[in-house]
Amino acid sequence: MKLTADAIVIGGGLVASAVAYGLTRLGLKPVMLDEGDVAYRASRGNFALVWTQSKGPGVPEYQQWSRLSSDKWSELAAELQSETGVDCGHRRNGGIHVCLSEDELAKRTQVVEQLRAEAPPGRYRAQMISRAEMLKLLPAFGPDVVGGAYCPDDGTVNPLFSLRALQRAFSARGGRYFCDSRVSSIAAAPRAFTVETASRSISAPRLVLAAGLGNKPLGEQVGLNVPVRPVRGQIIVTERLKPVLEYPTTYIRQTVEGGILIGESREEAGFDDTLNHTVSQTLAARAIRTFPFLKQVGVVRTWAGLRVMSPDVYPIYEQSSAYPGAFVCTCHSGVTLGAAHAFEYAKAVVDGHLPEKLGRFSSRRFDVQARH
Amino acid sequence: MFKRVIEFEGPVLGVVINGRECSVPASFTAAAAMLASEDGATRETPISGAPRAPYCMMGVCFECLLEIDGVPNQQGCLVPVAAGMRINRQRGARTV
Amino acid sequence: MASILGIFCAANFGLRTLLTMDTFELAIVGAGPAGLAAGVTAAALGLRTVLVDEQPAPGGQIYRGIEAASRHPDSARVFGEDYMAGADLVRQFRASAVKYLPLSQVWQIDRDRNLWIRGANGVTAIGARQVLLATGAMERPVPIPGWTLPGVMTCGAAQTLLKSAGLAPSGRIVLAGGGPLLLLIAAQLMRAGNPPAAILQTSTNLRRAIAHLPRFVSSPSYVRKGLGLVAELRRAGVRIERGVGDIRILGETRAEAVEYIRAGTRRREQVDLVLLHHGVVPNTNLALSLRCEHEWNDAQHAFQPRTHAGLGSSVEGVLVAGDCAGIGGAKAAELRGRIAAYNAATNIERISTDARDRQCAPIQRELRPHLRARPFLDAYFEPPRDLLAPVEDDVVVCRCEEVRAGEIRRIVTEQSCPGPNQMKAFVRTGMGPCQGRLCGLTVVELMAQTRGVSPGEIGYYRIRPPIKPIALGELATRAQEK
Ligand SMILES: Cc1cc2nc3c(=O)[nH]c(=O)nc-3n(C[C@H](O)[C@H](O)[C@H](O)COP(=O)(O)OP(=O)(O)OC[C@H]3O[C@@H](n4cnc5c(N)ncnc54)[C@H](O)[C@@H]3O)c2cc1C
Ligand code: FES
Repeated sequence: MKLTADAIVIGGGLVASAVAYGLTRLGLKPVMLDEGDVAYRASRGNFALVWTQSKGPGVPEYQQWSRLSSDKWSELAAELQSETGVDCGHRRNGGIHVCLSEDELAKRTQVVEQLRAEAPPGRYRAQMISRAEMLKLLPAFGPDVVGGAYCPDDGTVNPLFSLRALQRAFSARGGRYFCDSRVSSIAAAPRAFTVETASRSISAPRLVLAAGLGNKPLGEQVGLNVPVRPVRGQIIVTERLKPVLEYPTTYIRQTVEGGILIGESREEAGFDDTLNHTVSQTLAARAIRTFPFLKQVGVVRTWAGLRVMSPDVYPIYEQSSAYPGAFVCTCHSGVTLGAAHAFEYAKAVVDGHLPEKLGRFSSRRFDVQARH
Repeated sequence: MFKRVIEFEGPVLGVVINGRECSVPASFTAAAAMLASEDGATRETPISGAPRAPYCMMGVCFECLLEIDGVPNQQGCLVPVAAGMRINRQRGARTV
Repeated sequence: MASILGIFCAANFGLRTLLTMDTFELAIVGAGPAGLAAGVTAAALGLRTVLVDEQPAPGGQIYRGIEAASRHPDSARVFGEDYMAGADLVRQFRASAVKYLPLSQVWQIDRDRNLWIRGANGVTAIGARQVLLATGAMERPVPIPGWTLPGVMTCGAAQTLLKSAGLAPSGRIVLAGGGPLLLLIAAQLMRAGNPPAAILQTSTNLRRAIAHLPRFVSSPSYVRKGLGLVAELRRAGVRIERGVGDIRILGETRAEAVEYIRAGTRRREQVDLVLLHHGVVPNTNLALSLRCEHEWNDAQHAFQPRTHAGLGSSVEGVLVAGDCAGIGGAKAAELRGRIAAYNAATNIERISTDARDRQCAPIQRELRPHLRARPFLDAYFEPPRDLLAPVEDDVVVCRCEEVRAGEIRRIVTEQSCPGPNQMKAFVRTGMGPCQGRLCGLTVVELMAQTRGVSPGEIGYYRIRPPIKPIALGELATRAQEK
């Protein structure tokens, strides 16, 4: 079947869905192409923080970009709720980073100070807090907690409901979403792209690669260098509890439904997304040190997801110079950056050029590294 | 609702079901003990508070969640009774 | 961002402790006919064997409580000869050299074939060269209006209470559904002193079954048993309503009545207890968590692990036998358990393939009549479509997360959804404590019927450990030094 569209977005996770939804907001009728039910889909396995307090020491552009998205999440959530009736579960009560040793505390203090120094005055609002202040926020902290950081701008969403809402709103605005549509090849010319799947051939003047780990091979077909690799992260979720943790912490939080999410590890394991039991043990042990009441609480599920990681952990935003009209949008914090992607990145795609503030995230930075 | 119709041999134990002392055969599970002494719901769901009772009695459905000896959300159909065991209904989500 | 977790030193620590664990040549999960027979056979072949089961005593579902029951004079009359036959198998098992771990849940088998167990002494782990999954079957979920009310349980649940605790329901009981077990359990309840007020049988599918009839009647014992039960129930005055449809259970806080349509008219029965049943399906969560490949069995409307002739799964060193590999009944489970044990012995080069083939030939011959009867039963008792996938929108499909049929259907029709895992993400089906056991097949059927494709094309949930609930403190436990 042959189809034409205003734009093709490849991917079906949070990054693709946010950009694709953003394109429909600007009046485009894009096609979004996703793989099947079982795929490397980090959007289904993440920890769902909308987080700023630790983002981008040494890279102020990243700090500002994360903060912008965090600021715009309430707007995105409200808009999606009114368009689809789905509550994305966005909460912005502030978030805590927990330190379990003096060493962790010293390291975190350094990060917080550097970020404050690199932010415009008054923009960075996280601060280190004492154990006593931590206990005032969450009395459930255990004796091993020595202190931490608190940032009023941090929050969480329900990533699964957000994904569902973005995709619904996208379809409702005239976008077409095709699952089970793995892209096998791309024929590229400037502002003219034809993408092949097993059952369809789709042409459009704009192409956005937002396929997570799939961006690397797809990028090669349109002259984009996207050196992403998988980094495995495991998460544990417990049975539902009555509300106990009012604030999220970097590695432990209570969901709106009541379950406690415990994450998240980092492991180089290639494309292997099976669970490493030793990692589960370590996560569980650390969670119990942080909140001793968790020891008795029942585990319902554990899973491993593959993060989409660039060599320097920052996003890759680029337009192909060989084939203008082809963009790549990839990052490892697709939840936090969801609003920025929906509102700002989509606009850049429509405008036909990326704004200067995203210049820091060009994939040309990796060429430079390679030449050294 | 459930009555003992075959008396398999074996000891009898004292347990406390929803605050009431009962004696039950040692071959009972906590869920069986509950069904033998109570009618109707043995738990309320954590989401809507709907009444539920054991459904499969073989460990797959998790409708038999009970508070046993103070520990909430135990799978009652897989826990054999023990002397002095306190078995209570599970009311909604676990509290900590 | 640097990791705060010392994952790599943790990995080293884990390895060291694992090496000191007790290791067996064969580890069997499940003490039903398949697991017991495999254990007895493996031990006779000299394999160091362990058998792990979550129940307090051997027997599995069919022979539940058989040791205690066989000592009671009423058991044979109430439960019948098929049940009593289990006593002998359990005796052989007790006399064998198999190490038996009762009251022990296997909540994870890791990539190195270590079994992680939660038992009376907390969490332990054991290693195994070969693993046999004999986790049996569970009753197919029967998602009809009102099925979540107290006062509704499965027929198997009532049977389990009777076998293991001698407990029978009092008051007015109605059984509803289909499948060969429905009548057996009705008869057992009747013999135990409380005959059901009625048995509501859904339509049987003789048209689909007729082709298999000749093979079925060539397995005379199945025919004799089935007809015998009907006659026994009729003699005792139990009403059997056939061709019943649109069954619904009414009540506010407990079941009070059951309604159904028969011969075009709606009828109603007052009830104290409704017992539902529509056949059994493989209990595959452990196999799924090991990522064994599964296939759709269209005749049985269920997924089962893909096995080859030696009963091996797609995962090296993991075998599957009994009803968890496809429903065949207790006798077939026992025979396949024995075959699996010979294959496990061959896989670790304890016996030659020739010896295995010689030993297995007579077992295969004995197996044949049992397999012959199955296609007829599967077709004749095929679950009606509206029972596989509820038509009414407000029927609860996922009991744990209280997700209704309409919500699932709406996702399929109003926005694309590639399969049950994305569905899980969108509406939380299968995210509760039962981990999809009670909603998985219904979600798949709903998606398949709405899209007009086979459930096999839809696929199934990905299942990950722990497959049984454990406390976080138990998850944190390292393997114990032995
Ligand atoms: C409720 C019910 C009632 C039935 N009643 C009858 C009947 O009256 N007559 C009849 O002919 N057939 C009956 N059947 C069918 C019959 O049970 C099967 O044909 C037969 O038991 C299959 O044997 P098996 O060894 O494969 O499995 P099972 O007998 O089911 O044995 C499996 C065993 O594995 C254990 N197990 C499962 N997972 C784990 C784990 N993770 N860790 C530890 N242990 C585990 C279970 O506790 C169980 O003991 C019934 C089925 C069910 C579900
Ligand atoms: S009654 Fe189903 S798990 Fe206990």
